[in-house]
Amino acid sequence: MRPFEYARPQNESEALDLLNDHDANTAVLAGGTDLIALLQEDLQAPQRVVDIKQVESMQGIAADGDGVVIGALTTLEEISESPMLADYRSLGDVVDGVRAIQIQQMGTLGGDLCHLPNCWFYRNGYGLLALENGESLVAAGDNRYHAILGNQGPAKFVSAARFAPALIAWGADVRVIGPDAGSSEWLPLEHFFVTPKVESQGVSVLKPGQLISHVRLPATTGRVSSTYEVLQMEGLDWPLATAAATIDLDGGVVREASIVMGHVAPMPWVAHEAAQSLIGQPVDEVSAGRAGEIAVAQATPLRDNAYKVQLAKTAVKRAVLSAADMLEGAL
Amino acid sequence: MAERKVAWKKRSDNTLIGGDHTRIDGVEKASGHAKYAADINTAGTLFARLLTFKGGAAVVKSIDTADAEKTPGVRAVHVFNGAGKELRWDGTIVAAVAADTPEQAEDGVRAIKVAYETKPHWVDEEDLPGATAAAGKRTKPLGDNKKGDVAAALKAAKHVHKGYYGIATISHMCLETHGSHCEWDGEDKLNVHLSTQNVSGTGGQFAGPLGIDASNVSITCNYIGGGFGSKFAADEWGVACAQLAKKAGKPVRLMLDRATELKIGGTRPSGFAEVTIAADAEGNITVWDSHHWGTSGIAGSTISLGQLPYCFDGIPNRNRKATGISTNTGPNRAWRAPPHPQLCAVTDTVIDDLAAKMGANSYDIFMKNLDKTPKPDVYAEEMKIGAKLIDWKAKWHAHGKGGGKSVKRGLGMALHRWGGRAGATTCTVKVHPDGAVETFLGSQDLGTGTRTVIAITLAETFGLGINDVKVNLGNNSYPKANPSGGSITVGGVSGPHRRAGLEALWKIYDLVAAKYKVEADSLSAKGGKILSAGKSVCTWKQACGLLGPMPLEVQGQGPKNDGLTSQGVAGIQMADVSVDIETGIVRINELVAVQDCGLIIDELTARSQVYGGLIMGIAYALSEERVMDNRTGRFINADLENYKLPRIGDIGKLKVHMYQPDSEYERGVVGLGEPPVISTGAAISNAVANATGVRVPVQPLTPQRVLEALKGGQA
Repeated sequence: MRPFEYARPQNESEALDLLNDHDANTAVLAGGTDLIALLQEDLQAPQRVVDIKQVESMQGIAADGDGVVIGALTTLEEISESPMLADYRSLGDVVDGVRAIQIQQMGTLGGDLCHLPNCWFYRNGYGLLALENGESLVAAGDNRYHAILGNQGPAKFVSAARFAPALIAWGADVRVIGPDAGSSEWLPLEHFFVTPKVESQGVSVLKPGQLISHVRLPATTGRVSSTYEVLQMEGLDWPLATAAATIDLDGGVVREASIVMGHVAPMPWVAHEAAQSLIGQPVDEVSAGRAGEIAVAQATPLRDNAYKVQLAKTAVKRAVLSAADMLEGAL
Repeated sequence: MAERKVAWKKRSDNTLIGGDHTRIDGVEKASGHAKYAADINTAGTLFARLLTFKGGAAVVKSIDTADAEKTPGVRAVHVFNGAGKELRWDGTIVAAVAADTPEQAEDGVRAIKVAYETKPHWVDEEDLPGATAAAGKRTKPLGDNKKGDVAAALKAAKHVHKGYYGIATISHMCLETHGSHCEWDGEDKLNVHLSTQNVSGTGGQFAGPLGIDASNVSITCNYIGGGFGSKFAADEWGVACAQLAKKAGKPVRLMLDRATELKIGGTRPSGFAEVTIAADAEGNITVWDSHHWGTSGIAGSTISLGQLPYCFDGIPNRNRKATGISTNTGPNRAWRAPPHPQLCAVTDTVIDDLAAKMGANSYDIFMKNLDKTPKPDVYAEEMKIGAKLIDWKAKWHAHGKGGGKSVKRGLGMALHRWGGRAGATTCTVKVHPDGAVETFLGSQDLGTGTRTVIAITLAETFGLGINDVKVNLGNNSYPKANPSGGSITVGGVSGPHRRAGLEALWKIYDLVAAKYKVEADSLSAKGGKILSAGKSVCTWKQACGLLGPMPLEVQGQGPKNDGLTSQGVAGIQMADVSVDIETGIVRINELVAVQDCGLIIDELTARSQVYGGLIMGIAYALSEERVMDNRTGRFINADLENYKLPRIGDIGKLKVHMYQPDSEYERGVVGLGEPPVISTGAAISNAVANATGVRVPVQPLTPQRVLEALKGGQA
């Protein structure tokens, strides 16, 4: 780890001021479960690390009209234990999937949404796009864990944000603050993520000196939800594929649905047509299975990861069934 | 006086041996008081960091360490591979830097300038045609041999099965990475705290390259955080640690970082095989015909030719052939029971598929063919016990009839063997006039409970409690002991201690007999007392007081042909698994291990060995593998996120049964460390095949491999 300045702001405004020094060659430290590893591996070398854990306004979970606002510093454990989020089951499913108590206690919602990809080329120092003389190392190399959708450009990693599918399926908004102390903007979380075409674009709309302060969830209005993560290991492990479903059921028939896949593309992958296919249908093996098929119909697997098409399909099916409390017999 | 004979006590006379005893060093280990090499931090100790090569193959064109030498805090730089040196695998150490802080050492590493000339690499261990076609002569024949008449027997056979099988390379993954702490005492005396399985044998490995006398090298290893066959040597980084310490004039600790540990700490070679097996109408296996290949790294070896089909040597007609692939990958080192897990993975899976093809119960086919194994009677008894423990009869179903819609359940079994002879060991046992007992030996506690086993052996012999014995090991100034490798330590240390203990006891009996006017033959030691015909004569302390002012010192040696130890174990394992056929995820419901190992000194540590073996087996069966990226030549998953090891939730229920009828007790002590890891992979693979009706050919059985096999419908 290289030397860096350490700063601990007390409020959002201070945080932004501190982040925007040094030409914004700074990094945000929240739970540190990703940043510390990035610093240790010399994948990031900020001149200053801004530890935002003391920023009061970014903590906790509060009612917001009929919905809920979650501070970006809210830990996974707090999400899991909050009565205000109990009806957003797909969020609790994500926390359960993380399994490691250490990550659940230290990891934050904002940190998860900004988590950089676990692509092993990136983590071994080849860059987000892992290009060498214009050639994709991912396409030519071992890509068993890489993208099966949205992978036709140079980016072939999968988004690491574990909460994103569930939050987007709920129609969440995210509040981005900075780079100036007074600037803030709410935008749909779906629009927060980007698939970079060039290395400098990163994985989200965040520009240097910006950060996420809050996430806002709409009222549940009786909708049900679930996240299904395909996890190889029972311990701390990254999902091979994920799907989150939020469904409005009326007498057992789907009135409205939203399905978002994770770990299958460089950004969370909204499966509009799959969700559409459920409308007017009862939730059962057939309709959920068909949604899964539709969700992966456009998949373009790489050399080693065709199996992930099956996993994504299954994740969608199971997320839909689970949202309706109809999932049985899965490992 | 009757002849005094070295032997273990009659089984029923034991008060300690064979019981369950917690480890005498358990509290030290669990409380963090035990000091490992990685913990040694004497005043002024410098931190070392490594510059490693990141690629498949290259030649060092130039290296410039001038800026590193000038980096603040840096005290010494050592170059492993200078200009002109060929680097043949990812992770090869190029240079090391020692500095006052770890961060300064990292700064120093970053300041080293190296220019490489990239060379072609080949890292695919499974693709035999590709390796054969690749530039640079990547494959080599490793021999073939024949027994009987395979062609004729195939014609005569009733059931013939042909299949593809394999097991990927895994890496050593010691919790404590390889490394040492080196401190010079003057110009030519070196004190090394080394994480080693070879306390007595590594001093000379430092002395030679450093140009000092071996008598001037002190090796200490009181505790080791895992070795598993990978820590027998001083290693180039150990010698470099001493050189850095010399240059800096300060002690240096150099432990491999996790990625480097995975890359160069040693691997278990891979094996992939095309096999034809055949049986007569009754299920007697008559034919084995195999060609296997794989890699051990640049040396281009694979699992040994001579031991296939594993355990079933008696198959009458046999062709076997092996081809090695030279890959730009870190070299192999002995990995727990080399190479039996791989041999078992490409033998017992084949037999299971033959059973499936015959429509037979796998248990019956294994049982029927035990006559071709070295220990048919022991295997048969162990299989019966195992079947009862896992409820084989009730749970068995034909292959592919695993029930459930998306989750199928299945049973599998496999069997193994191992040697476990006692290693050569000398100990010095001291009985002090105040009754204190201690022993000295240059052995090490690899995690097998060596200290505890020694304490039990002496305590049983002297009629004392386990905590009355002080065990001093882990230093090369003590009497020489074999390295701990090959499951030879418990046998190695228990025999000499029993011998030395008896010799000491007999001397004390003679003194007691003379003093108290009783027959020496009538004496026994129990409960801290010396008894004559069951009646107390004196206390142990009073008896030892008869020694006079000086302690009694007896040297014990072994192994000897007096029946205290022997060799050769069998062992069977059975697995009950569930397979999610929509995700390819496999979960262990239950694993049963039935294991013999002769006379058991501490059944608790023995069972622990088996539990540990099963857990390591689950790892390589389901998730653990080295992933080499063809494009970059890198060991691309050399981290603990992607080098996937099981956590507690992945383990399932483990049932361990130590097979120990009197016939086992009479054999004396046999090593146990390695055998429990051997057949776990094959048993799990067989259970998955039973659940799904499809063989997933290559271990580990990842979701990817399971789904690909299900898609291909390989049977």
